[in-house]
Amino acid sequence: MKGSGLRIYAIAYLIFLYAPILLLPIFAFNSGTIIAFPLKGFTADWFMQMLANETLRRAFLNSLIIALSSAIFATCLGIFAARASTRFDFPAKTGIMGLIMLPLVLPEIIVAMSLLVVLLAIGVQLSIFTVILGHTLICLPYTIAILSTAFNSLDKSLEEAAYDLGETKWSAFRLVILPLVMPGIISALLMSFTISLDEFIIAFFLAGNEPTLPTYIFSQLRFPKSIPVIMALGTVLVVMSILLLTVAEYFRRRGVARTGGQDHGGFL
Amino acid sequence: MSSTRFDAEARQGLAMVSPPLIYAVLMLAAPLITILAYSFFKDGYLEVVREFTLENYRAVWSDPIFHKVMARSLGVAFAVTLATVALAFPVAYFLSFVVPPERKALWIFLITIPFWTSYLIRVFLWKVILGHNGVINSTLTGLGFIDEPLGFLLYNVQAMVITLAHAYAPFAILPIYVALEKIDRSLLEAGRDLGESRLMTFWRVTLPLAMPGVVAATLIVFIPTIGDYVTPELIGGGKMPMVANMVQANMLALDNKPMGSALAVTAMLIVAVVSVIFLFLNRRFLRVKQ
Repeated sequence: MKGSGLRIYAIAYLIFLYAPILLLPIFAFNSGTIIAFPLKGFTADWFMQMLANETLRRAFLNSLIIALSSAIFATCLGIFAARASTRFDFPAKTGIMGLIMLPLVLPEIIVAMSLLVVLLAIGVQLSIFTVILGHTLICLPYTIAILSTAFNSLDKSLEEAAYDLGETKWSAFRLVILPLVMPGIISALLMSFTISLDEFIIAFFLAGNEPTLPTYIFSQLRFPKSIPVIMALGTVLVVMSILLLTVAEYFRRRGVARTGGQDHGGFL
Repeated sequence: MSSTRFDAEARQGLAMVSPPLIYAVLMLAAPLITILAYSFFKDGYLEVVREFTLENYRAVWSDPIFHKVMARSLGVAFAVTLATVALAFPVAYFLSFVVPPERKALWIFLITIPFWTSYLIRVFLWKVILGHNGVINSTLTGLGFIDEPLGFLLYNVQAMVITLAHAYAPFAILPIYVALEKIDRSLLEAGRDLGESRLMTFWRVTLPLAMPGVVAATLIVFIPTIGDYVTPELIGGGKMPMVANMVQANMLALDNKPMGSALAVTAMLIVAVVSVIFLFLNRRFLRVKQ
């Protein structure tokens, strides 16, 4: 059969990608206190300890607030940018869009450090609010990538028909365009939520003393005793991410189908 | 008439793009310019003295520690990029040429999932795998193959390369896949019809046309890898700093912001120069229009 060697290679590659992640649930449910084979026995204790942990609950709450706020801000800003870049021609378009998309290729440490220096210089207290500022910035390019596809596959004549039928600019946007790009918006929201939830560097430098889930995990990695709980927490985080991404992918595809575009697959 | 229409459209477009633009200027451009300005300032006690100096750059360029750290960062990033792109190419080829169209979205989704799931946890898992009491050592001792845990698995450059190559693997597949998808399939048939073997068609038609994707994949892996902070911290055990760790140490622990800024700017310049040289070397392929 054509490409059977390649198929075996691709499957091996997938296994290589997923193998480390599969260790998470294995050790999260293992009753041994050290992370080593052979496994001891089955336990849900680590999950119980995780739920009982005060700091962890606080970190979880912080992460939820940050991820929700960043997702909403980034998606709102992304709607403006995607609409502008797909519908209008304006001076310095390449430069402007380039600046907005820049965090995609800039190492996060540069974004975090430069933002930190400025925030400290103007005397802003570090808190979860400053993390939201940073996360909105790095989520923005991803929302634009998703939303541009949604706006791009939009048929311009639908909008013009709405104008001809006496709708104003705003009501045409609300009644015609918005419903058509809604799956894209939901997909962008879920995507940025996931990125923010998992993001470590910016949260590490901009959160001050407030823990988020990734910075809490990082602070616990030094203590071998807390590793099993971290494995349990990691399992929960990965399951959450996969669920969110699956829903995001579902909406992205529905969006493509609704606007009659062709599906090229993938987020990028 | 048409020029006034264009003006109206330009105005509307600019108005529409202004909220994200203002945000990016305030949160990204302004901080980056601040870093650039700081790199030319003097470091005073507890504050930055706003006096122009090239001293920071002189110090950075003559610092043997910086040379070592930068060389290590470049070495790790080169190795990771090479491994990632070489391993990713066959997968991208498989996706584009073998997988039936209706299954493509599913495959891409499967490949990108690990990339979106907690980067920190994936790096840390490699520490669990390679560590002193880690998965490999405990398995080998448990089975009686070795008496003492192997010490050379963790806290070295190779471990960092493996970890980063795993972390950035999905990154390299997508641009190559996109480039392969754009190739006009009739070109390949033409190559075969003109008597080329399958291998020669790949070498003379497919590969040159896929090069823009390979170039994009290379840069997309190289740039974030060289700025990685977590892996040297966890997998290198803090004893093998890369440039991001050095920037962070100067900015925070040593509280020498001008020095940290000069380091960051220098590192970004080096990355930019390497990228431009790389693009220049591949200019032949990038000119090809499909």
